[in-house]
Amino acid sequence: MVQDICPSPPGSRGQRFRLGVALALLGSLLAACGGSSSSKSITLYNGQHQQTTLKLVAQFEKLTGITVNVRSNDERALAAQITAEGSGSPADVVYAENSPSLEYLQNKGLLSPVTPATLAHTPSRYNSPQGDWVGVSGRVSVLVYNTKLLKPSQLPTSVMELAQPQWKGKLAFAAGETDFQPVVTSVARTYGDAAALRWLDGIKANAARIYPDNETVTDEINRGQAAVGVIDQYYWYRQRAQLGASGVHSALAYFAPRDPGYVIDVSGAAVLKSSSHQAASQKLLAFLVSAQGQQIISHSDSFEYPIASGVKSAQPETPFAKLQANPIGVGALGDGSKALALLQKAQLL
Amino acid sequence: MSATVVREPSTPLLPGGDAPVPARRRPRPRALLATGILAALVLLLPLAFLILEAAQDGWGTLHPLLFRSLTATLLWDTVSLMAVVTVLCAVVGTLAAWFVERTDLPGRRIWAALVVVPVGIPDFVTSFGWKSIFPSLGGFWAAALVMTLAVYPLVYLPVAAALRGADPAQEEVARSLGLGRVKTFWRVTVAQVRHAVLGGCVLVALVMLAEYGAFEILGFRTFTTEIYTEFLTGFNAPAACAMSLVLVVLSVFVLTGEGLSRGRGRQARTGGLAARVPRPHRLGRSKPAVLAGFVALVGLALGVPVGAIVYWMLHGGSSTLPSASILSATWHTVFYAAAAGLVATLAALPVAILSVRHPGRASAMLERSTYLVLAMPGLVIALALTYFCERYAAGFLYQSTTMLVAAYAIMFFPLALVAVRASVAQAPPALEEVGRSLGRSRFEVLWRLTLPLVAPGLTAAFCLVFLEVVTELTATLVLIPTGAQTLATQFWAFQSNISYGQAAPYAGLMILIAVIPSYVLGRWFDRLPSRAQAAS
Repeated sequence: MVQDICPSPPGSRGQRFRLGVALALLGSLLAACGGSSSSKSITLYNGQHQQTTLKLVAQFEKLTGITVNVRSNDERALAAQITAEGSGSPADVVYAENSPSLEYLQNKGLLSPVTPATLAHTPSRYNSPQGDWVGVSGRVSVLVYNTKLLKPSQLPTSVMELAQPQWKGKLAFAAGETDFQPVVTSVARTYGDAAALRWLDGIKANAARIYPDNETVTDEINRGQAAVGVIDQYYWYRQRAQLGASGVHSALAYFAPRDPGYVIDVSGAAVLKSSSHQAASQKLLAFLVSAQGQQIISHSDSFEYPIASGVKSAQPETPFAKLQANPIGVGALGDGSKALALLQKAQLL
Repeated sequence: MSATVVREPSTPLLPGGDAPVPARRRPRPRALLATGILAALVLLLPLAFLILEAAQDGWGTLHPLLFRSLTATLLWDTVSLMAVVTVLCAVVGTLAAWFVERTDLPGRRIWAALVVVPVGIPDFVTSFGWKSIFPSLGGFWAAALVMTLAVYPLVYLPVAAALRGADPAQEEVARSLGLGRVKTFWRVTVAQVRHAVLGGCVLVALVMLAEYGAFEILGFRTFTTEIYTEFLTGFNAPAACAMSLVLVVLSVFVLTGEGLSRGRGRQARTGGLAARVPRPHRLGRSKPAVLAGFVALVGLALGVPVGAIVYWMLHGGSSTLPSASILSATWHTVFYAAAAGLVATLAALPVAILSVRHPGRASAMLERSTYLVLAMPGLVIALALTYFCERYAAGFLYQSTTMLVAAYAIMFFPLALVAVRASVAQAPPALEEVGRSLGRSRFEVLWRLTLPLVAPGLTAAFCLVFLEVVTELTATLVLIPTGAQTLATQFWAFQSNISYGQAAPYAGLMILIAVIPSYVLGRWFDRLPSRAQAAS
């Protein structure tokens, strides 16, 4: 940060005084040590899993010589931050875990159009319909169940069945997770808002407890605290990588083809309109969907599906092409506000 | 520093709320007032942000969101949990401080360090530890238990500092006049440290309002978890800000309550520099019971999270650790925490002096207003600073070390203030007046007399802020210089990838770092009287 060593503007002199000269000195000292601001450097706001992002960035830096400063946080906190920053945002590129965060920023008019050649690497149904962000990887919503408590034959084939009384006290889902909202939107799109609300009331009554996130859902089903839950597939694979096969007492199951609970979630990236490094930023987007970038995703331990440049997952998962999800598009999922309104009406949020 | 100050017989020691202080309305020094007002203004920035944002949506949109059944439920849960935890912390914190400071408890020095450490453990680790031992843990009483064990040091620290500074002679006089041990404790000791207990309780209550992480894990919903949901899940900043304003109103109630119960008693003593070792109370037959209590307290508050970390390290995957990132994260954490501790403590001093030495409606308002920030979630404060910095300062210092440290200092300023204030209240103004009448400059009096007298409070303030900064996450992620990492952000990065084994060392380091200031604090308090005694 070059600004650190600039003199303070006259208006804030009093404030500086209060904070103390010592602090200003300490601050600029540290900034001077760690500051790097070559013109060949961009800032990435990363809402995706850090480990994979850092691998992608390292390869990109090697290829292009452009330095990428990575800042990681929850994708939604980043979206809120970018909104608060407004036109002065230090971010050049934003990489989000789910399409609604990107749709939200796009609706606020904060994103630049993605280069058409970049968009062409990803099947168009996984890109922004408006063309302001590009799809990079995919996940799918599935059932996870405890193998000691349930047999595969006892599992529901539709997400709608989870609202039935037989699942009372046995169901786990994290209503606040961005991965869950696409399922809600999908149900509402398929059966209408009234039916979706009745369904939410039903699953709320069946929930074993309130779950903060999908990590907890996956963990508690594995330990038998709940029998069945709805998550995105990669949580289970990650847990298995962490615990080893012997520690896993749960399994995944897919809903019936085209069921509203069977949704592909798309992770994507965009360039900010306020960025003064448009060309370098577009290069990073192009790299993410290139064969090389997609290969890194396909081998990564975040267990997401590569969706661009024809690359297939190298992990032992159900092949992406074999998934038979509800064909609801990212445009229909929107910025998630429909799901949110329903979740609030059901007093789940 | 010579410690030959004699007791002035003319200064009565008033433990209770009797005899109002004779009108010693000395004129408020302008510099003091100006710094105080500046501090309050900076601390009110987040509130201004909340009002601006909430106003964006207008009442028509916010009304249905604020007035629905979930709000009522959350409000009740939040307030009742706050009340229960505050009372529990007051009891646990005060008793622990009294046993450590005033009795012949074996291993006092070690206990003094251990009982403070829980404040330096991330909520996530604590709640996860509990959940791994009792998987079905959840609901009101689980939240009350976990939170009490996490935040009681906020009462313990100021009370211990106050007990160190309080005159043991008063207890001895009461005892020699025939007052029983329990009655002496209630009527003399508790009265002496009342400000500190109240101050600690206010901190606990306000921290409870803004608590987020632990409740997320325990699946207990409060107003604050709901605010995060609105902010994050709904991208609904106006709604989140409107709900945060409800928290601010709640915190105003808390502060008004504290103001009413603070009373007008004075508790100054003149012998601060000539303190002698108080004769410790003999625990006698109750010694094993008290020891067992301490073992239980530390075992639950410290053992459970440490156990969870050890478990993760042993069972959580076998990936190798990049040692460079651990070193750099540790360095950043310590640097930010120390800088923030220093800034917050220095900034708290003028406000504390103003409120104690120049009491009045204005200084009381000023002081109270600085507490409001504690009830605001970290994310809200960070976004408020982002907003003002980008809108009105052209991004000057945004995401710089200076700004991050300033943000921490703002967030935890109230913690520093409570600790400093308790010590200032104990330092007799008469000494300063004597110093002034002897022709010393105001600055010299501050440097040579006031500062040594309030030093225990300053140290406690520094350590409190330090401990809180070490585990701060939500504001850190928004404001930290891009590329830098702290132990908390690294822990979060691995934990959110279900890499508990890799996350564990970072949590362990956070606890280790927390142990150091806790230990220093205990040692420092311990050496103080003997040193003073040797000098006299």
